[in-house]
Amino acid sequence: MATRTNEFDLELQEQCGIRRLSYGFELGRRDFFKLMGAGVLVCLAATPFEAQESGDDDDETIPKTVSAWLHIGEDGRVSVFTGKSEMGQNIRTSLTQQVAEELHVPMSAITLVMGDTALTPFDIGTFGSRTTPTMGPQLRKAAACMREILLGMAANRLHTDRSTLVAADGKIRNPRTGQSLSFAQLSRGQRFATVIEDAQLTPASGWHVAGCPTPKVEGRAFVTGEHKYTTDLKQPGMMYGKVLRAPAFRATLVSLDSSDAEKMSGVKVIRDGAFVGVVAPDEFMAAKALAVLKAKWEWPPQISEAQLFKSLREKRATQGQSYDKNGADVRGSVEEGLRTADKTLAQTYTVSYIAHTPLEPRAAVADWHDGKVTVWTGSQRPFGVRDELADAFRLSHQQVRVIIPDTGSAYGGKHTGDAALEAARLAKAAEKPVKLVWTREEEFTWSYFRPSGVIDIKSGARKDGIITAWQHDNYNSGSSGIETPYNVPNQRIEFHPSDAPLRQGSYRGLAAPANFFARESHMDELAHAIGMDPLEFRLKNLTDARLRAVFQAAAEKFGWGRQKSSPTCGFGIGGGTEKGSYVATCAEIGIDPATGELHVERIVEAFECGAVMNPDGLENQITGAITQGLGGALFEAIHFDHGKILNPHLAQYRVPRFVDLLRVEVVVLDRKDLPSAGAGETPIMGVAPAIANAIFSATGIRLRGLPLVPNGLEKT
Amino acid sequence: MVYVLEVNGAGHSLEVPAERSLLSVLRDELDLTGTKYGCGEGQCGACTVLLDGRPVRSCRTNVGSVGKRKITTIEGLEQNGHLHPVQQAFLESEAFQCAYCTSGMIISAVGLLGRTPHPTEEEIRNQMNGNVCRCGTYSRIIAAVKQAARRG
Repeated sequence: MATRTNEFDLELQEQCGIRRLSYGFELGRRDFFKLMGAGVLVCLAATPFEAQESGDDDDETIPKTVSAWLHIGEDGRVSVFTGKSEMGQNIRTSLTQQVAEELHVPMSAITLVMGDTALTPFDIGTFGSRTTPTMGPQLRKAAACMREILLGMAANRLHTDRSTLVAADGKIRNPRTGQSLSFAQLSRGQRFATVIEDAQLTPASGWHVAGCPTPKVEGRAFVTGEHKYTTDLKQPGMMYGKVLRAPAFRATLVSLDSSDAEKMSGVKVIRDGAFVGVVAPDEFMAAKALAVLKAKWEWPPQISEAQLFKSLREKRATQGQSYDKNGADVRGSVEEGLRTADKTLAQTYTVSYIAHTPLEPRAAVADWHDGKVTVWTGSQRPFGVRDELADAFRLSHQQVRVIIPDTGSAYGGKHTGDAALEAARLAKAAEKPVKLVWTREEEFTWSYFRPSGVIDIKSGARKDGIITAWQHDNYNSGSSGIETPYNVPNQRIEFHPSDAPLRQGSYRGLAAPANFFARESHMDELAHAIGMDPLEFRLKNLTDARLRAVFQAAAEKFGWGRQKSSPTCGFGIGGGTEKGSYVATCAEIGIDPATGELHVERIVEAFECGAVMNPDGLENQITGAITQGLGGALFEAIHFDHGKILNPHLAQYRVPRFVDLLRVEVVVLDRKDLPSAGAGETPIMGVAPAIANAIFSATGIRLRGLPLVPNGLEKT
Repeated sequence: MVYVLEVNGAGHSLEVPAERSLLSVLRDELDLTGTKYGCGEGQCGACTVLLDGRPVRSCRTNVGSVGKRKITTIEGLEQNGHLHPVQQAFLESEAFQCAYCTSGMIISAVGLLGRTPHPTEEEIRNQMNGNVCRCGTYSRIIAAVKQAARRG
């Protein structure tokens, strides 16, 4: 049962195992952390998994193994410290709601300090839809405990029993006498710190702030342009950097003539190991200096797109791709299941490399003082970037501080510290702060991609609609979402890591969008093979009540089965469960008979993630994921040849735009009786199969590769 | 060359090469960082500013070509502490996620409403199609533009 064990460990390896770029920098020195002033402090002890290290070794009131802390200052301000990063998924808001809920303070009294390795506890990273199910309850526990401490302090001060007091609106009040003490009054002059492991939480049915539609915290700063992303930061005396990029992957620098650049006033050329960069007083001049570097490179022959799928099947993973699941997950006997089937099918599905294309490109500002470096950068893994910096410059963790300004999106694409390392290397040489902003072309070339993959599915079903056998083999794209949620007595499921030609890593949902595409397309094929309605076929083989509920909700809203498909109009469905949440997606597509141009007319998606934290934010996430999913489904693909990316520009790499999707309808099933799961990823997963199945229902053409219609249907 | 740029109603005298992009001058010389770099190719719209009320891609506009035209950036929309109706509508509709595209979206929408005070949904889609929101908040942006149009 290898695929069902250690799922989180494997996901972690998949998330963190992205191959690092190699620079080979030289040395550096130490740093230390300082923390908060007087007031009341509650720390939440970390679970053994989270307790890998803490953000602070020096302050004796803070143990090594905490996962979050919460502080009320003498002014009554509530500061909450978490190592998570905000990238548009809106956790600054949802986490603030949860603290406000338990602590009984207005949202405006709370400041979340996020993703700062000098101030916040260690955090493994913001990925895997884990903020809501893990960090949320932790902050709620810290806040609930803080409320209890303040109740106790107030009871002492007022010489009354704490049961006579209530916490409300940032105060502890005695409703009978009218006496009250504000949180500021209570924390003044205190130096009280405690570490807790657990606390009683308010159930979702009793929420007043959590669970309610809540506008984005600090939303105003985003419509005025005031918010400072990494790319907007400026330090006194700051220089602008550029990095010399090889013309192909795996290239080595044979020779470099930098004399012309070095003659330019204010320009400095930096060469260290495999790294070459320039700094200049402004970006324009830095680009000019870069352009006059004369470099000769050599690179080996490499796998091109034309050989990609064959290569993924044949080349087993060697190094750097180590998230192997150690063999297949087997139940019953697939051979036996196929023997008892009335219909059997074997099909192959493929997915292309795609690019995250965050609108804010990778960027960093680095500043060295006394052998210590501070780096501002947009990343999902502040502590991971800190470790990369410490390794590269041979520094201790205390000598490196990484700060993550709220970031211009990531979608799984900002796990590594590439820009941070490059900016730090440039700043070290310049002896001044340096800002480095990757160009869009660098983004499309030197970041990493959503893995390409080949998926084989073999199956069998009886005439009555019962699935008897299921075999799913995924080459390279990954193991997330590889399991089938349908009841199949005989199954064999296996992920086969490959030696991939391009640098690859996590993407929204990891491999689940690919595995969902293959599985839900194949379910559709099997349904048609035995002459059964695709929804009915799914429900016949499904006992998971939560998944049935989203399929039924989506179908009802969509009007599934009410309209017959025609050559110009088709309907499809797909869904599944991943990361604790449930999704079902229905698609309606229209085809222009004259041009073959395909348009997605309507998407209806039902989603369930337990108790909903912020209904408005959730709707935004779901709609956004559907829109983004449209790109991977229809037209996004990275093209490459012998180590070169052929379409590293937005004019060549088509992303979803205003004209691409007409109607999106979302049905959220709010289950206040169930723990909250994350929602950043799963809503993307049903989109591609629903569209592929809709195309089949209209045209009878079964498209088994993503993207489905990069050039319109006619040319496919 | 010395250029005098009129940005958000104020004149700025700058000595910069003519071929430098308006985007880099606004951001790095005048510290108006609300206007964003997204692609440098005029394909994403994050760098959109108004020149005499017309939306242009500042990443593809050389500073030497601006002349006497009045430049409006996202920072110039708010008046006396009051958000521009388009800003207000974006805020109320929460027409963003990471919001990196938001300045460009708002400026493009202001330009659109300047030309077409009551656009249809199709006009909004077509006119704003050069602006990318990778987070996929297009439907909310359309709603916000419609709301701003209604309020005039």
